[in-house]
Amino acid sequence: MTINYLGSISADDLPATFTKFFLEPVSVGFPSPANDYLESPIDLNQYLIKNGAATFLVRVSGDSMLNANIADQAILIVDRSLKPKHGSIVVASLDGDFVCKRLQLKPRLCLLPENSKYQPIYIQHGQDLDIMGTVTAAINKFE
Amino acid sequence: MKLLALVDCDNFYASCERVFRPDLKQVPVVVLSNNDGCVIARSKEAKSMGIKMGVPWFQVKKAYLAQGGKVFSSNFALYGDLSKRVMNILEGMVKKIEVYSIDEAFLDLQHVQNSNQAYEFGVYCRSIVHQWVGIPVRIGIAPTKTLTKVASHIAKHTNGGTGVYCLNKQKHIMHVLKALPVNEVWGVGRNLSKQLNQLGTYSAYDLMKMDIGFIRKKFSIVLERTVRELRGEPCIQIQNHIAPKKQIVVSRSFRKKIESLDALKPLISNFAVRAGEKLRHEKQKCSQVSVFISTSRFGKQLKHQGFNSFRFSHPTNDTRSILMGANKALNKAFKEGYPYAKAGILLSQFSCPVVVQKSLFEIMSHRHALKQDESLMRSVDELNSRQTQIYYASQCPANLSPIQKKMVSPRYTTNWLELPTAL
Repeated sequence: MTINYLGSISADDLPATFTKFFLEPVSVGFPSPANDYLESPIDLNQYLIKNGAATFLVRVSGDSMLNANIADQAILIVDRSLKPKHGSIVVASLDGDFVCKRLQLKPRLCLLPENSKYQPIYIQHGQDLDIMGTVTAAINKFE
Repeated sequence: MKLLALVDCDNFYASCERVFRPDLKQVPVVVLSNNDGCVIARSKEAKSMGIKMGVPWFQVKKAYLAQGGKVFSSNFALYGDLSKRVMNILEGMVKKIEVYSIDEAFLDLQHVQNSNQAYEFGVYCRSIVHQWVGIPVRIGIAPTKTLTKVASHIAKHTNGGTGVYCLNKQKHIMHVLKALPVNEVWGVGRNLSKQLNQLGTYSAYDLMKMDIGFIRKKFSIVLERTVRELRGEPCIQIQNHIAPKKQIVVSRSFRKKIESLDALKPLISNFAVRAGEKLRHEKQKCSQVSVFISTSRFGKQLKHQGFNSFRFSHPTNDTRSILMGANKALNKAFKEGYPYAKAGILLSQFSCPVVVQKSLFEIMSHRHALKQDESLMRSVDELNSRQTQIYYASQCPANLSPIQKKMVSPRYTTNWLELPTAL
């Protein structure tokens, strides 16, 4: 017989399951037929968020975007990495406050509410309009 | 030529406070340490008002606020989250990155061919981080880590520039190092620069010109590396893995001075509990717990600094053991009659939490007990991470918020109840 020395093993290297063998009962029933088909559960983050590092959540206060299906207290998914286009719903900062409106680039730069109770906000010449990001989804909770 | 980049967030905490406060764009912003003691971050505007780093808040408060400055208590939930976002973006851009601190990272620019490309990459990287997270960064590019620090320093002090600075031509490096005081070189502290000054070494250039053998003999191999790096020879590698922590400190200053041992005990217990949580979070065990208490640096009252340690027979991460050790150490560190202003706890001498036992029976019985202790601690941590709070008997829940954070901003990115709102 020949013996090959492969190396030494210390107690630190032993897997944790080695001791579990002594301490815990082993289940002996029929293995679940679903084992080979295990998938991770559906993840809402994956559905709602494309770019996690650039995505922020913002809560809506008010009903100015009701016709765009954004209710009061809805949670907005705001992606800062997407370039806002004509017609995008955006979160912008206006005179120090955040507002959620539809962006109009032509014929005149303007933030449009989606509720006839509110007036469009025209951006005056020289007035700063900082767009924080593009709204990619809104979550309205019913209960 | 191989190039590295140092990405450094500008006035990081102050910049974080501005991300969700567009109204503070041009307004001076400072952030205070725990307990609102000292200024630990300043926006550009606050710096130009003459607010110094580390200055006690009470000394500058009146004048600063009168001039329209804005102040915040520290909000580490926010800073930590924004830091993670910045680092995630950088990780996606290069193959090798070392996150050096909450607001700095070294990048290996192995994908660029020349300094022009490196510069363009820097400009791109900076604009992406600013667009995606809203944090301004500056970028220093050079052949060695020590030189990227120098380049980043220049990027910071060049007004109206792009915030990106490339330092790679030999002639150019010489020129810059001549103007840089030796104490501003990365890794050269105050003591070291005093010793160097005595030898006639005042600038980074003087240091670079010193004899390597002499440096190694007279100083250390660490300084030798610094000298080599200043010469453009890479000696300090980019480390992908963060070295595990070697110690954990939890400390606070008190709102009111504390003179009695009975009043100190519950506070020390609170620190011990927090330190235990941190230790388990790091998946470590410690063999020693130390307690330090001290009177205020300011004022004319009696001064005392007490320090004492307790050693455990076995490495532990059980809060109950830490509490016991901390209590013993406090009893020895404490002296009657001093108005203590600050205290803290230090866990040290860490070891990997795999315990090796000698016999099979010991494994069976001891492991079982150990497992129960571990699962108890896990359950407590789990519960405390939610709304509920589990206290240890020696703690004092009424004293549990000794941190004074009167001016803390919302946790915009980590708490459902504190999200920013839009009209």
